[in-house]
Amino acid sequence: MVNYSLLMARLNVRKTYKLYINGEFPRTESGRYYPIHTATGGELLANACRGSRKDLRNAVQAARKAFPAWSGKTAYNRGQILYRIAEVCESRAAELAREIQLLGSSASEAAKEVSRTIDRWVYYAGWSDKYPQLFGSVNPVAGPYYNFTVPEPTGVVGVVGPETPALLGLVSRIAPALVGGNTVVAITSESRPLPSITLGEVFATSDIPAGVVNLISGIKNELVPWLASHMDVNAIDTTGVDESELAALEKAAAENVKRLVRFDAAAIGWDDARRSQSPYAIAEFQEMKTVWHPMGM
Amino acid sequence: MTRNEKNRETLERLAPGPASPAVINWEYSASLESTDHVSIAPRHNLFIGGRFVEPHSKKWFSTINPATEEELSKVAEGDAEDVDRAVREARRAYEKSWRKLSGTERAKYIFRIARLIQEKSRALAVVETMNGGKPIKESRDIDIPLAAAHFFYYAGWADKLEYAFPNRNVSPIGVAAQIIPWNFPLLMAAWKIAPALAAGNTVVLKPAETTPLTSLMLAEIIQEAGLPPGVVNIVTGGPAAGAALSSHPGVDKIAFTGSTEVGKRIERAVAGTGKRLTLELGGKAPNIVFEDAPLDQAVEGIVNGIYFNQGHVCCAGSRLFVQESVAEPVLRKLRQRIGTLRVGNPLDKNTDVGAINSQAQLDKIRELVQSGTDEGAEIFQSSCSLPQRGFWFPPTFFSGVAQSSRIAQEEIFGPVLSVLTFRTPEEAIERANNTPYGLSAGVWTEKGSRILKMAQKLRAGVIWANTYNKFDPTSPFGGFKESGFGREGGLHGLAPYVMLS
Repeated sequence: MVNYSLLMARLNVRKTYKLYINGEFPRTESGRYYPIHTATGGELLANACRGSRKDLRNAVQAARKAFPAWSGKTAYNRGQILYRIAEVCESRAAELAREIQLLGSSASEAAKEVSRTIDRWVYYAGWSDKYPQLFGSVNPVAGPYYNFTVPEPTGVVGVVGPETPALLGLVSRIAPALVGGNTVVAITSESRPLPSITLGEVFATSDIPAGVVNLISGIKNELVPWLASHMDVNAIDTTGVDESELAALEKAAAENVKRLVRFDAAAIGWDDARRSQSPYAIAEFQEMKTVWHPMGM
Repeated sequence: MTRNEKNRETLERLAPGPASPAVINWEYSASLESTDHVSIAPRHNLFIGGRFVEPHSKKWFSTINPATEEELSKVAEGDAEDVDRAVREARRAYEKSWRKLSGTERAKYIFRIARLIQEKSRALAVVETMNGGKPIKESRDIDIPLAAAHFFYYAGWADKLEYAFPNRNVSPIGVAAQIIPWNFPLLMAAWKIAPALAAGNTVVLKPAETTPLTSLMLAEIIQEAGLPPGVVNIVTGGPAAGAALSSHPGVDKIAFTGSTEVGKRIERAVAGTGKRLTLELGGKAPNIVFEDAPLDQAVEGIVNGIYFNQGHVCCAGSRLFVQESVAEPVLRKLRQRIGTLRVGNPLDKNTDVGAINSQAQLDKIRELVQSGTDEGAEIFQSSCSLPQRGFWFPPTFFSGVAQSSRIAQEEIFGPVLSVLTFRTPEEAIERANNTPYGLSAGVWTEKGSRILKMAQKLRAGVIWANTYNKFDPTSPFGGFKESGFGREGGLHGLAPYVMLS
């Protein structure tokens, strides 16, 4: 006999979680996936993309291409775009919280993580036109020169997101890089990639230009070494890398004298209002440029 | 042929046309800096724990004057044992005295060092020139005064650190290992030691193998200034001592200035240790001359950019980009100017270009120059006469250089310039940025707005406009990309030596 109740119930439309590269949502070129289950029931939530070295390369290429325009935007403009990300995050707060919850956080923890994430975007949005005043200087040299120092973005920054808090941790590391004019290739939490991929949808519907931020999900061991050794990545944030993997990774990063940045989450945590977010995090992805301008009649 | 006749002939060949008598009428007599007030001990020991001690190896190596190849002294060959001893002394001094000292007291010690360098400046300049080969006018007017100025500048920071890093508690890191190059021996020691001490760290410094003498004079100064024993330790030696220092587990922070190759090696050695690291590495700086530039001034800047200190300068303007419309007059003036550079005895006060620092460096320069000729670039060399003994290379430039050739890509670290031309500012920017390096750049134009735009677009840590190779303790220095990270000088130069919490 036909079960009419089953036929009449609406079948929900599941989301395909893909990568976010160059403003688009491609599947991994490798065609591979890995399953993501709920923390409690072990129920299948998604077949996440198991990103590859080639995906990373494509992402780095997109990030490099996006760098001149992004770093060339006015500080005011970058600030507004980051603020816009906060706005879109806010409107997707429920979805982000649900994903965090399904992956193992309590409802209140999930809600708190999303709130903090949104606040972090707002916090860094506000720094866009202030950190250069904090970190720049006019230098009283002994000679007829107007000598000044300004911070400039390092370039393409690789970020390895922490496993937890997957969303807040990732945003805490990419927001300071972005507000400083860098472009980013981020590897998401391996065990909890879903909210980070949804963050890609936030980016896609914000005003952040294609390629400025790129998100790759997958198995970290397969991805991180290639990010670390990529010759067109200028800095790498290893916050989401296990202590035991650090030496090999930093060794690979030396090949093009990468800047190494690592947030000490174990010591500081993600909630310390003074240290888990600060302009010093922006400065870690900045190069100081000093100009000697002549003075004369 | 008299000197004047020879000069006239040279000039006729280089810059045909009516010669200006003011230009050709040069006949210099020697004007030697006196050395009788300087005595260099025949043998030098290591400076560890406030005392001069014999090296564990019981070996001393010869340090020479590269202008004469004569031995100046024998210098202790430090090894891993000595490095270990120095690091332990530095640790002891850090725990027992230096970190506990108030900033005000630290400042006064550092001010004393600055003053003593000023007092002994002439002797330091003479020894710097004898040991390194650089012209006395450079060591006397640039290296030594700037070294004193660096100590003076950072002394003042020692009791003001909380103003440098708002909303943070500032503390020292611990023991700093510092490895410096041979091109500005005392100045590099000052760049390294001054901010480290101001921030409350103690130091183990390894001077370059070929130029240890002024660092050892600095050790005497530090002793004379009464610094607590072990606050600064100086271990002379070769690459083995450097490697032992950069991999020593008792070190908290490493600061290195030198080649990109060695810098990468150190970054690898430090990997996974959590040690703090700053690197000031090589460069291949573009020096960009626009058609509206004051050309005579620009030519002086080009010459200063590449022939200053025999081109042994990490930020040397070694790639000249000339706008096509003025390439011909710029090159003509450059040829003429190079013909007037005096190459020779570094102790002569009129010498412009001194001795190449070592045989090894001379070999490297020759090899790269040969590659330039092999790759089809056109070479121009000053016809100056070179002394018989010592290591010398005449001021040289290549024109018609391809962007891809080795002399346009690799650091030569010698008095060799590669000349390229460009048409539009965009092209200049694109090509100037097209190397793995990013230490410095020069821009020559009368247009202020163009200076600032170029400064913004060039990916380099220091931009000189209508000048070149200027340094100041208040002015941060350091690279983008593979030229390293971290800054030396200015407020920014404190950051590598503090912990913020």
